[in-house]
Amino acid sequence: MADVVLRNVVKNYGAVPVVHAINLDIAHGEFVVLVGPSGCGKSTTLRMIAGLEAISGGTVQIGERVVNDLPPRDRNISMVFQNYALYPHMSVRENLGFSLHIAKRSRADIEKAVAEAAEILSLTPLLDRKPGQLSGGQRQRVAMGRAIVRHPDVFLFDEPLSNLDAKLRTQMRVEIKRLHQKVGTTIIYVTHDQIEAMTLADRIVIMRDGHIVQIGTPLDVFERPVNAFVATFIGSPPMNLLPATVTGGALRLSDGTPIPLPPGLSAREGQAVHFGVRADNIMPEGHAMPPTAHMTHVEMPVTLTEPLGTETLLFGTLSGTEVQAKMLNPRPVRTGEVLRFGIALDKCHLFDAETGASLRV
Amino acid sequence: MYRMRLPPWLVLLMPAFVILLAVVAIPLVLSLYSSFTAFQLTRPETITKWIGTFNYQKAMGDANFWAAFGRTVLLLTVALNLEMLLGLGLALMVAKVTRGQRLLRTMMMFPMMFSPILVGFQFKFIFNDNVGLLNNALQSLGLTDVAIPWLVDGNLAFIAIVTAEVWTSTSVFAILILAGLFAIPQDPVEAARVDGCTPWQTFRYVTLPFLMPFIYIAMAIRSLDVARAYDIVQVMTAGGPARRTELLWTLIGRTGYVDARMGYANAMGYIAILLSIVFTVYFFRKLTTARTSLGMGD
Repeated sequence: MADVVLRNVVKNYGAVPVVHAINLDIAHGEFVVLVGPSGCGKSTTLRMIAGLEAISGGTVQIGERVVNDLPPRDRNISMVFQNYALYPHMSVRENLGFSLHIAKRSRADIEKAVAEAAEILSLTPLLDRKPGQLSGGQRQRVAMGRAIVRHPDVFLFDEPLSNLDAKLRTQMRVEIKRLHQKVGTTIIYVTHDQIEAMTLADRIVIMRDGHIVQIGTPLDVFERPVNAFVATFIGSPPMNLLPATVTGGALRLSDGTPIPLPPGLSAREGQAVHFGVRADNIMPEGHAMPPTAHMTHVEMPVTLTEPLGTETLLFGTLSGTEVQAKMLNPRPVRTGEVLRFGIALDKCHLFDAETGASLRV
Repeated sequence: MYRMRLPPWLVLLMPAFVILLAVVAIPLVLSLYSSFTAFQLTRPETITKWIGTFNYQKAMGDANFWAAFGRTVLLLTVALNLEMLLGLGLALMVAKVTRGQRLLRTMMMFPMMFSPILVGFQFKFIFNDNVGLLNNALQSLGLTDVAIPWLVDGNLAFIAIVTAEVWTSTSVFAILILAGLFAIPQDPVEAARVDGCTPWQTFRYVTLPFLMPFIYIAMAIRSLDVARAYDIVQVMTAGGPARRTELLWTLIGRTGYVDARMGYANAMGYIAILLSIVFTVYFFRKLTTARTSLGMGD
């Protein structure tokens, strides 16, 4: 086990910078998820830690060692790839034991380690099969098994679940979390799926265009997004953002609808802002929203409903912008019906319209 | 009046039947038949002179035939292995090239664009003991002052023939292996690097198994080629001097057309074809095994 430290790490492809001097401290035993839209540099960052991409600037440190110039094999890491990357000509047993075989460990050692890993991942009955004879979920478990047999300092996961169907993905997510609890090794995990990030991570690192935008616990980034990008990227459905202006100590949406200024936020008079509210904090009246002192109400026609069972998503239009609201204890709603919605102002956000930065103090 | 009516499917297949009959079946049956006769090209009436398996028995007991047979197998083994190693090396190097790779790939094909007869003449000139390039070069460099009898000494002539074969056909291996290199998924290669493999180990345990099907395809193609080797050898040494470089088909060709003993030549031909079949079956088996182990088809 080891901690991982990134100092001003830069990656350029020719003249094109794809990762801009990022800094990141990962404690040992921590589960850190790098998340962001495609092309944000998260996979490149992971591959630099793995040693599969050269580092253009800065240092990567694993444990006590700066590993910039070490080949992957000397970094004591293991990696799980998006396409599993199993060796198709080897049986599951050989796949699992391959790294130990390369490390010239004794046959008995290898057998013991393979049996142990197979046990943890319930692969024992599959040991003599070839990867071609396995299902996607089984292959992914073999890939994970191959990673854990070596007891590396760090596990790297590169979008390991994106090739699985939705149900299997949920299942594997739980398995990965359980695996982390069992082995306690540092994990760095890359995904573009914010739900995976939220459910798995001790800390989430949100990246965009080669920069780190925010680092924090899942609840941190959910409740206190530093800017509009994080606010809309994390959480499902994404946070509603409504253009507004600060006038006379209150907000005025673009069509003139007045909204009181949410507490704990600082905004200049006349500042153009985006008013941010999650679907959980805008509900039709009478729908058991936790009572709060800071409530306001708006009226909004419903244009579409998405029943989800325990709750129903309501799509409405407020001041010309589409807004998603939530209705617990669902009842049938006609499209076009105008409902009165309560907004929990103390859970709302304001972002500068130009920079997108949060105006929370 | 009664008119014979054939079923339509037979009418439709008739052209194909006729062509197959004319170009495959009749020559095949005729040559097989003639291998059981004392057929001589110069005396056409001998084709009816049935002598049973005499020609086959004679071939079986003919030291010259078995020498040629053995030499063909030796040429096949040496040339194929050399071509495979050189082709693999070439392909690995060309795969690393980033600029001008297209041009290199085209240049790699050049030797295949020449007629084997011309290649034979060129190498005959290179290896000529008096005016040849090689001896001239060796003498000019002061490495030797004698005229090495490249095409006269049996072993040296064999080396010269192997050289010509390898020169023309290494690119078959290089091109096919290069195609294989392009088809290798990068993920397992990266996984191997993370798993602790040195570059050599990555090649040995991951890249090479992926290349094996491509190598076996090249082997199968080339084994057929070399098993019927004739042109280059005929031009360079004509199997001589004194049968020292005699291969199966130079022997068969001479027996049939020079000595005019076509019945005997055909009998030897049929035995020789067994060699090709054995090698082809062998390499296709290997190919299937390699593909199955990679999970590519059953």
